[in-house]
Parts: sequence; structure tokens; C-alpha cells
Amino acid sequence: MSAIQGIAIYVLWLRDIKRLFRAKSRLMGTLLMPLFFLAFLGTGFKRAQLPGMWGMNYSGFLTPGILGMSILFSSSFTGLSVIWDREFGFLKEIMVAPVSRISIVLGRIAGGLTTSLFQALAIFAVSLVIGFRPRQWLMIFPAIALMILISITFIGIGLSFAAKMRDTQGFNLIMNFVIFPLFFLSGALFPLAGFPGWVRILSRLDPLTYGVDGLRAALLGQSELPLLLNLGILGACALLSVLIGAWLFERSEYL
Amino acid sequence: MAAITVANLVKRFAEVTAVDRISFSVAEGELFGLLGPNGAGKTTIINILATLLHPTSGEAEVAGIPVSGNRDAVRRQIGVVFQEPALDVRLTGRENLQFHAMMYGLTKPQRKERIAEVLELVDLADRADQLVEKYSGGMKRRLEIARGLIQRPRVLFLDEPTLGLDTQTRRRIWDYIRSLNRNQRVTIILTTHYMEEADFLCDRVAIIDRGKIAALDSPAHLKNLLGGDILHLETAGRGEPLVKALKKTEWIRELKWHDGTLSVTLNRGDTRIPALMHIAQQTGTVIKSVNLSKPSLEDVFLHFTGRTIREEEASGDTPFRFAHRRRQGR
Repeated sequence: MSAIQGIAIYVLWLRDIKRLFRAKSRLMGTLLMPLFFLAFLGTGFKRAQLPGMWGMNYSGFLTPGILGMSILFSSSFTGLSVIWDREFGFLKEIMVAPVSRISIVLGRIAGGLTTSLFQALAIFAVSLVIGFRPRQWLMIFPAIALMILISITFIGIGLSFAAKMRDTQGFNLIMNFVIFPLFFLSGALFPLAGFPGWVRILSRLDPLTYGVDGLRAALLGQSELPLLLNLGILGACALLSVLIGAWLFERSEYL
Repeated sequence: MAAITVANLVKRFAEVTAVDRISFSVAEGELFGLLGPNGAGKTTIINILATLLHPTSGEAEVAGIPVSGNRDAVRRQIGVVFQEPALDVRLTGRENLQFHAMMYGLTKPQRKERIAEVLELVDLADRADQLVEKYSGGMKRRLEIARGLIQRPRVLFLDEPTLGLDTQTRRRIWDYIRSLNRNQRVTIILTTHYMEEADFLCDRVAIIDRGKIAALDSPAHLKNLLGGDILHLETAGRGEPLVKALKKTEWIRELKWHDGTLSVTLNRGDTRIPALMHIAQQTGTVIKSVNLSKPSLEDVFLHFTGRTIREEEASGDTPFRFAHRRRQGR
């Protein structure tokens, strides 16, 4: 039974949206951190010039990185919400329903994707208010495509961990060991041009690197790799992580 | 046709065997109980039948469908009320029901009709639009039972339906369960460690102890196995003539004379009291008091396992103890 059931995906998505707008403090919290980064780092390092920044000002360089960061964190949150559901018992209600596991994974992705895209676009709107300008307005569309792919990739990774973890503490621990290295290795905050070779190799293994570089390609017109290559690699990462997440979810017991 | 068939079911976790070669079957329309202490393996059996756990070995079928085969087909036949609350407390009662109904693929008019129907059934219609966060333990339980009925399951699993509830709420839930079974003809399988609950509700009871079935029969038959009721007669003065006369009485199974009190084991003790009084009068024995005690399932449990349920739970050496994290406050 691996049919995709639209109504189940819809209701799982709807639940996430309802919960998002009811938990206003959580919504504010996840918006504020990237905005602080943007405001304080952007102002504090205003005159910084590092190799690999193509001579542009730092806050312009930082904005795509902060968008990537926001999506990284909010998407990984989807895995956490699965573990919460497990702790609160609601996961059993979902798992005992006659719904294919792939539909459940897709419903989770739909909910997480909407949430994190909503947050990223809110941050983008704020960045426009404080002076950021994309090089071409039409390039917002490939940027949104990249945001979607980043989000799906990390939702998939979060779900994979969630399928194996039993409590939030363990999940937080693992995610901190995974998320922060991914964040720093991606070059979201600073170019990695000045780092030793092995760090740059590690950063090439980080999906977020292609997301951030792609966002810079789209919004700034400057990047290490061409936009389409970034899109392609990230698309493959997204597909792979969803398949792994769905597979682990299907196999795990007692979910 | 049997609603449930279980044959040689085994479930092993890392180092414990939670379910140890269990076999039983439940007829369509039956109200069947799994009685035993915490950690006896009841919840594991339910979770296997509800497709949440894979059996280690053995067969289990629900409505004729093997649980390890087409799991979604099994899921369409059943409703489950879990031991621990499984509600989204950030949604309202109605939203929880709507979520459920949509997951089960009901159409919009069906959803509207059945949600109203089940809310009425559990008396929650007026509280349906409040967040579940604000519900009491009993209300949450009732909402969960209502939810388990929306899809009109052929088989309903109730895992400890009244655990942690006050006596009044418990009685009401018992009434719901009974009328569901009688009026809607739903096959119900419930687990409990309350003797009264199994006795009051179930057509048949399987006594589960350490992953095995210790006994399986109707509550009345199980109690009869112990030899019937016991009448305690307190006599004034000598009792010997009465004992002598009673020894010749054929409907008396057992007699014990202890410290001025005569304990008589017999069937249908309530109907034999007049006859006993008559015999006592004939032998000139003065009876000061009569006390009739009916055997309870507690006695049955003791009889089959050599321990009381409370001892069993206190000893902590049951083969498998779930990490019970019952969250009442939420």
C-alpha cells in the first residue's frame, strides 16, 4: 500500500498550519533569531572585506546566508515535531490510521515546508525593509525554488532522525551535532575561501552549501558555482533525503 | 466468523518475552477482556493487533486479515483507544475528530453527520469547540472513545479505558462501552487490570500473566471453577449437630468449622440460605449471623497464578514492564 492519499496529506498539512498560528510565541521566536543575526552581524561587520566576497558589502553577502540558516533550522524542526507527537501519544493516532506511510511523510513535508517557507519569506521581507535589494526581481523565483529544496532536504534529514529517536533530548543533542556544523560549513556567515582545504572539502559535502551559494547566485548574481548546478545538486539531495526518511519511517515500529 | 484469531503469538523485545505463545479467538460481536497486572503483556497484544508492532512469530488475524500482511486493510477495520492519551491538545475536540475522520477518508457529509453523532454519544457536544488542553481526564477519555467510533470499526480496541478515572466517570464509560457493544454490535477487546471492570463488562475474559494466558472463560464460569459461593454461618454455642446434618446434605460441596464459624461452599448460595436456616432450626442450632461471599475474579487470578494482582504489580519482577508515562495533566 504505497498509494499517495491526497486527503491525508492535506489534513496533516492543515494541522501543522493551525498549530503554527496558534503557537504565536514559537512563531515569533523562530523569526527573531535570524533577524537578530541579520541586524547585528550585518551592522557590526558592515565594513568587513573577506576573500571570496567579490568585493560586495557584508550585509548583502549575509542576507542569502541568513535565509538559508532560517530554513535549515525551521525545517529540522519538523523532525522535532514528530518526536513531540510521539511523546504526547498523538503519533500513534496517526500511525494506526489506514494511510500509507509515504502519505504521512509527504503530509509532514508539506506542513514543514509551508512553515519554513513562510518564515523565510517573512525574513526576506524584513531584509528588503532594511535595505537589501536583489540584483534582479525576477530572480526571486529561482531563489524560492532553492528555498523549497533546502527545506525538503532538511525535513527529510530531520524525519530520518525522528524515525530512530525516542525522546526530544536525544534529538536535540544529535541535531545540535549535525545542524550547527552544517550551518558553519555552508559558508552562510562568511566565505570559506580563507579556510584550509579539508574544511572546503567538508563544506562540499554539506547540502546547505549549495543552497546558500545558489541563493547568492540568484539574489546577488555572484557565486562559486553556477545557479543551475546548485539547483541540480540540491534537487538530488532533496530527493535522496525524502526517500531515506520515508524508508526509515516505513520500517520503524511503534511510531 | 471470528473477529480476531491469534495463534501462537510471540513478541520478544531485546531481552524479555512480552507475549509468550498466546492463542485465542474472539467472536464477532463479543466483548472480550484481557485481564492482568501492568506489564503482563496486554498492551503488547493490542499493539500487535492494531498493526503498531510486528510479531516476532505466530499468527494474528483481524476480521480475517493477517496483521503482518496488508496492514492498511486491517487498519480500516479497527478503532483503537490507546492507554495513554493520543489527542492533539492544541486542537479543539471537534478538530481532533475532524482530523481523524479525514485520515479515515470519510466524505464531508459523512464527517459532519458522524462527528455530531459521536459527540452526542459521549456528551461532549457542548464542549466540542474548546481546546483539548482545557479538558479533564474523563472528557479526554470520552473524546478518544468517540474518535475510535467515527469510522464505524468492526473491532474496537480499548486499552485500559478507565485507568486513572474517578468512580463516577468510570461507571459512565462502562455504560457507553456496554451499549456500544449491545446496540451497535461492535466487537470490543479491552484490557484492564481492574477485576470489577472485567467482571462487569466482558462476555469472556482471558487472564494474562507474564505473557501467557492463565485461564480463559466467561467471568461466571471462571468463578464457578473455584467451587461456588461461600456462606459463613456464625453460631451460638455448639455447632456439632448442625455440622453432622449438613454433611449429609448433597448440595454442599465443602464444610469448614473454624472458631464458632461454619464456612459452607456451595453453588447459588443466595438461594440456599432458607434451607440452611431450616436445617439449623431442626438441629436446634442458633445462628447469629449469615454472610454470603461470591468469589471474585481476584480470587480466580489468585487461583490460577498463585498471586494476587496487587502482589504481582508490587513485586516488579514481571517479565516486561512498560515505561508507563501516563500524562493526566495534559
